[in-house]
Amino acid sequence: MANLAKLALSEEEELMYTGQLAAILDHARDIMALDTADLSPTAHPLELRNVFRRDVETPSLDRDEVMSQAPAAEEGRFMVPRILGEAP
Amino acid sequence: MAKPMPSEAANEFIPGWEMVIGLEVHCELKTRTKLFCGCTNSFGHEPNTNICPVCLGLPGSLPVINESAVELAVRIGLSLNCKVDESIFHRKNYFYPDMPKDYQVSQYERAINENGYLELPLSKKMVRIERAHIEEDTGKSTHVGGGGGRIHGADHSLVDYNRAGIPLVEIVSAPDLRSADEAREYVSELRAILVASGASDGKMEEGSLRVDANVSVRRLGSEEFGTRCEIKNLNSLRSLVRAIEYEAQRQVELINSGERVIQQTRHWNEDQGVTTAMRSKEEAYDYRYFPEPDLVPLSPSDEWIAEIQGRIGLLPAARRERMASLFASVSAGSTLDQIVTAVGLGLDDLVVAAVECGADPKLALARATNEVASDIGNLSNLTVANFSDLLMMEFESKLSATQAKTVLSKMLESGSGPQEVAKSLGFEALDASILEGLVDQVISGSPKEWERFSMGEDQLSGFFIGQVMKLSKGRADGKAVTSILRSKRA
Repeated sequence: MANLAKLALSEEEELMYTGQLAAILDHARDIMALDTADLSPTAHPLELRNVFRRDVETPSLDRDEVMSQAPAAEEGRFMVPRILGEAP
Repeated sequence: MAKPMPSEAANEFIPGWEMVIGLEVHCELKTRTKLFCGCTNSFGHEPNTNICPVCLGLPGSLPVINESAVELAVRIGLSLNCKVDESIFHRKNYFYPDMPKDYQVSQYERAINENGYLELPLSKKMVRIERAHIEEDTGKSTHVGGGGGRIHGADHSLVDYNRAGIPLVEIVSAPDLRSADEAREYVSELRAILVASGASDGKMEEGSLRVDANVSVRRLGSEEFGTRCEIKNLNSLRSLVRAIEYEAQRQVELINSGERVIQQTRHWNEDQGVTTAMRSKEEAYDYRYFPEPDLVPLSPSDEWIAEIQGRIGLLPAARRERMASLFASVSAGSTLDQIVTAVGLGLDDLVVAAVECGADPKLALARATNEVASDIGNLSNLTVANFSDLLMMEFESKLSATQAKTVLSKMLESGSGPQEVAKSLGFEALDASILEGLVDQVISGSPKEWERFSMGEDQLSGFFIGQVMKLSKGRADGKAVTSILRSKRA
């Protein structure tokens, strides 16, 4: 999993996160065991509505700085490997 | 411009068959900033200069929705007679690099606008609008190393995320359209509504408005739908019509040859005039939709909706009525066509203002939908005052119709006023005394014709006008010459 997320973890960290993930999975199993037939789906855990931002510009990032963080870049754009299949 | 073709006739594209078309129109909203962050929403900037942690999907960043985008989405819903209701956002997951997050935030189960309709202006047909929901636009990929910029055969791709996160509303029609012409009429009218409501600039050429067409065919009289294909890459009304006609023909030929239509997404190739298979159509479960945990539900209050309603300008239907009221009566035909064109192109304000300045409505409408429409990119060069002055000059015969058209074209190019342009082209009307002198000259040179005209042979006026035109090198006004001839005869 760390591999998929491209995270470099130490052995200790791997052990710690494996334990935490197992606990999360256990919790999910507990929830799945509940009878939810009479409950309506929740869109969001908080009772909030309409959290808005005003339509005001804020500065964007410096492109060179962003590109320096990308695995590969060309002509100011992110370079990605050959795409298999078509656009969604 | 949609042709006023009755839908029954248009259905007969192949005798015995009928097209069934539904359209998905993506409309970029005219906000200052993106949907979930403060990066600027504009077209044509250097790649990746309008990006931030939110639209790059960097860890720890959180989206906050732009209030203006919600307002513009509500404007669209109200303009399309939709029910505006509480809605939520979902993540649409897919593997493609045009979204750095690997998902697009969209509305899936509960859209902000549902169950509306749009009336086609010429055929008066009602087209149902299923939904008009909010979503974010994706980045733009360029495929390098293959032929013609296609993915197939490319070595790698380059991605620009300036467009990622631009607010969109996707307007989904019911499969109510029955011909390519109806589809064109629908998109023209929808475009006019989006522009008039202030939600979009409606520029298809810049990608502000993008259309996907779902096309199927069935035997005439059949109630069942055929298997549909979705056509992408329709960048103009012309491509829309061509692609639908090609695709329907292809499907009929397939069925006639005993094969069946496969549900798939197809790409319109403008150069070759064909659609080609891109991929088999995804089902919703392929996208693993789930509620976006970082955004709370939208719930526009009745008060806010009423406020927004009050800010929507005159919509195309009302604009057409306003124009029609300038005329004694408007029946189907050229005047109605011109009114639909003028409103569709946003030229109706100009016509109405010119008429208020005293211009003749018929002339104003004709010049607007022909000369002005053909150079609409230069519209900002034309003031109402200059336009109505020109129309008055033509109406009062200071300029002939041909001269007026030429002067108007030059006015649009240069931004100058009609008197100035007419003068520079030598179109100045001749002074009355000069004109009378020319008439006298012609009369004394043609005594026999003058005698016959004086005896009542009215048809000879054409001869005199022709002679005066010759002498004046085309600058004389025929009507003015006629009245001088009449007064001299009496």
